[in-house]
Amino acid sequence: MQAHVGGRVERPEGRAKVTGKSVYIADLKVEGAWLGGTVRSDVARGTLRGFDFAPEFDRTRVVIVTPTDIPGENVQALIVDDQPILAAERIEHWGEPLLLVAAPDARTLEAALAAIRPRIDPLPPVLDMELSKHAQKQITIEKGDVDAAIRAAKKNGHIVLEGTYHTDSQEQLYIEPQGCVAFPPDKDGTIVVKGSLQCPHYVRKALVRCFGVTPGQARVVQMETGGGFGGKEEYPSVVACHAALLARAARRPVSMIYDRHEDLAVTPKRHPARVRHKTVVDKHGRLIAMDIDVLLDGGAYTTLSPVVLSRGCIHAAGPYRCENTRIRGRVVATNHVPYGAFRGFGAPQTCFAIERMMDRVARATGIHPFALRHKNMLRVGDSTATGQILKDSVGSAEVLAAVAEKTGIDKHGWCAPRDARAGKARGLGLSFFYHGAGFTGSGEEMLKGRVRIDVLADGRVEVLAGSTEIGQGTNALFLAITAESLGCETADVVVATPDTAHVPDSGPTVASRTCMVVGGCLTKACRELAARVGGDVKRPWRERAREFAQRGGDGQVTVQYSSPKDVVWDDDTYTGDAYPVFGWAADVAEIEVDLVTLEVEVKRFSTAVDVGKAIQPALVEGQIEGGSLQAVGWAHLEVVTTRAGKFEQDRLATCIIPTTLDAPKFDVMLVEIPYAHGPFGAKGVGELPMDGGAPAVVAAIEDAIGVHLTRVPATPERIMEALESASQARKQ
Amino acid sequence: MRTLSLKVNGDTVQAAAPSHWTLLEVLRYKLGLTGSKQGCDKGDCGACTVLVDGRPVLACLTLAGAVEEREVTTIEGLMPLHVKSGGDGPDPVQAAFDRCGALQCGFCQPGMMLSARALLNKNPCPTRAEIREALSGNLCRCTGYTQIFEAVELAVAESIGVAPAPRSWEAQRMDPSEAQAAAKRAAAHLAERRKQEGRE
Ligand code: FES
Ligand code: FES
Repeated sequence: MQAHVGGRVERPEGRAKVTGKSVYIADLKVEGAWLGGTVRSDVARGTLRGFDFAPEFDRTRVVIVTPTDIPGENVQALIVDDQPILAAERIEHWGEPLLLVAAPDARTLEAALAAIRPRIDPLPPVLDMELSKHAQKQITIEKGDVDAAIRAAKKNGHIVLEGTYHTDSQEQLYIEPQGCVAFPPDKDGTIVVKGSLQCPHYVRKALVRCFGVTPGQARVVQMETGGGFGGKEEYPSVVACHAALLARAARRPVSMIYDRHEDLAVTPKRHPARVRHKTVVDKHGRLIAMDIDVLLDGGAYTTLSPVVLSRGCIHAAGPYRCENTRIRGRVVATNHVPYGAFRGFGAPQTCFAIERMMDRVARATGIHPFALRHKNMLRVGDSTATGQILKDSVGSAEVLAAVAEKTGIDKHGWCAPRDARAGKARGLGLSFFYHGAGFTGSGEEMLKGRVRIDVLADGRVEVLAGSTEIGQGTNALFLAITAESLGCETADVVVATPDTAHVPDSGPTVASRTCMVVGGCLTKACRELAARVGGDVKRPWRERAREFAQRGGDGQVTVQYSSPKDVVWDDDTYTGDAYPVFGWAADVAEIEVDLVTLEVEVKRFSTAVDVGKAIQPALVEGQIEGGSLQAVGWAHLEVVTTRAGKFEQDRLATCIIPTTLDAPKFDVMLVEIPYAHGPFGAKGVGELPMDGGAPAVVAAIEDAIGVHLTRVPATPERIMEALESASQARKQ
Repeated sequence: MRTLSLKVNGDTVQAAAPSHWTLLEVLRYKLGLTGSKQGCDKGDCGACTVLVDGRPVLACLTLAGAVEEREVTTIEGLMPLHVKSGGDGPDPVQAAFDRCGALQCGFCQPGMMLSARALLNKNPCPTRAEIREALSGNLCRCTGYTQIFEAVELAVAESIGVAPAPRSWEAQRMDPSEAQAAAKRAAAHLAERRKQEGRE
């Protein structure tokens, strides 16, 4: 039999997708559905005094929902209860939802939205994160004695380097905009919401609070979802609550599908960050101390910011050995649209800073950037910033070796001054990084994700999980793991639609956890089921399972995740095993800078990634290439800025993402250093590729034209500024 | 309101729609052909790409009334058309996208595949550069595009009967004389297909 794990199984949803038959939320035909829309604030901060209705506006043709129509609590339930479903008085950001409207058709809805004007007394907003006095969360991670190391630096002949690094926001830009369809409560008070979403159980939790119902009375069904990247982690709960409130008021289904403009203007994006480093190294380039200060703009409400900060801080010291490390992190409230989850979750920001600092260390010490990283990299037995001792599945040396062999980066003449040739300048840049798989700290223990399998009457096996297929290949992954574990064919396995009425809560589809955590539970469940079914394994599974079902055997197995025993985390001191295991990677970007326009073209992008085990290599490569291109886009193309608290890029014409012409040639090298507790040795891969692209591209720009950039995206304007200030500095 | 007479996927259909409606609106809301997607507010993403007389157009920018009497092909029509012209199962482009990992979330894919089909109709053996160019109006956020290029190259390889290179189905890796011969075979294949469709 052909191997499913490590081979290639057909994506079960593939045929429907290529023939246009897949049903995304906007494709769902719902008889009698009305359309929902949102009246929003047009200032970043203020006090809502009421609404003015245009005289010609006919209120009887629409249904309106205000905060008083919320049957439960006016709270967008997530981590902290600070965000209202509809602002009743206090307005904290541009675009904040104030009132909801449903209408029978698009034209009536549009007219209604235009006819309702909120009356707001504006207040001065806080838009600079450095000036915010309100911290949503603070974290300190400490190891060794940083202050003593800095004090003793001079005496010991150590070099002290300081740097400040900025990363701007980024839009997830899933190609399918946000959307939900909600059905009015039935006679038992059950609300049904279908939508484009990553985490059905998050949405259920939000509906439960909004409606004051039991979890059984809120049913959430995931439709085919056109991309998420974190953008459909928390925000679908907002759309779902809004649509469901309208459905209840209108007593009919309400469909709320954002157009691209609304999606770009009001949905959460990557947290802007400022990271400061003070680094002590000896003359051999060994890291002696790192003092790191991380500041994130959380925007108006807390949403997922504490967790983003946590992941960002834990990754801030990079995959390097350093006995004295202090990381102080703060995420603060401003009057920006709340920032939220995006692939990488804080780590791309801090990874950019540490990797830029490592390049400075390389220059200051005259050690080749590759050699410097190799010298300081974490290996088995070393401890991370949180004091986590790395036990197994550490692919640091392997990924560096793989990328060096492919690109020759280790022999590339780095520090040699180079003439800027006429026309274009070429450069190579390296980054080295790791990414924790699964929830941070005790997250997985608290979450207790579950998976169930069930033998159907015909002997097929159904996999029931709350994990969603959002393009990354959950379905094919589950098929491969199940078929391999049971010794059956993939045709013997079906994956249930994530519908909270039927599937257990497997935890959210985030944090590079679906394969390792949920897939791990699935493997265990399969092992148990195989033992129960028994029989001669040479006979086809389906026959044996059918007989087992006929015998009245119990074919239902549920497995709940439990962390490996030796994973210990202390949330109070922020020490211990932050993640059960890390994925490792090294990137080399090869770029060309146009010396006239200063435009950057990424020609080739090589990446070596230790994923433990590639359950489906083609899917893993797709994740790596897709994630890397998002990182490359963030590095030099994707500009997201705000003015007076409003995103300036609120149309796809201005909110740029890479096209086919911007995509480099990718060389993906899969390195497999198995993780003992992962399914078939696998660990996470979803977010990892987002971390290293930006520093690699910016390092390559430095290699090409000799400017040390400290901010992404590195747009031509910014490169120009940096060139100018460098030449000023030379003159002085 | 006016009644439009459209030729969609080989069938002539009538649809009553306001005269300002776009082709995308008529396809999605009147004809139930929801395979064509809307990814932006007009003209920026390519998710709505359909073929009009074999050429790719953005259905969100095209008034439905402007394409009356012309052949409209949507993603739903690709497989039936292929079968009608003697093929077996999905269009080679569809089959290749399915096989290569070119589809992830799938939202960009209908438009992407129709752009690819239009390219192959015109140029049966495109280079990687020509593929990049032809698909540059179709945004994809999931794949990083590589597997999409590989899918198009696999479709080329399969429709002209050469074995694709493993993993990277890079058509340009073919020896030049082999490529030329293949291109000739492809052109012949295509002419045959057009004849069967009654287009020439
Ligand atoms: S819907 Fe985006 S180009 Fe037509
Ligand atoms: S596959 Fe998701 S946008 Fe292309």
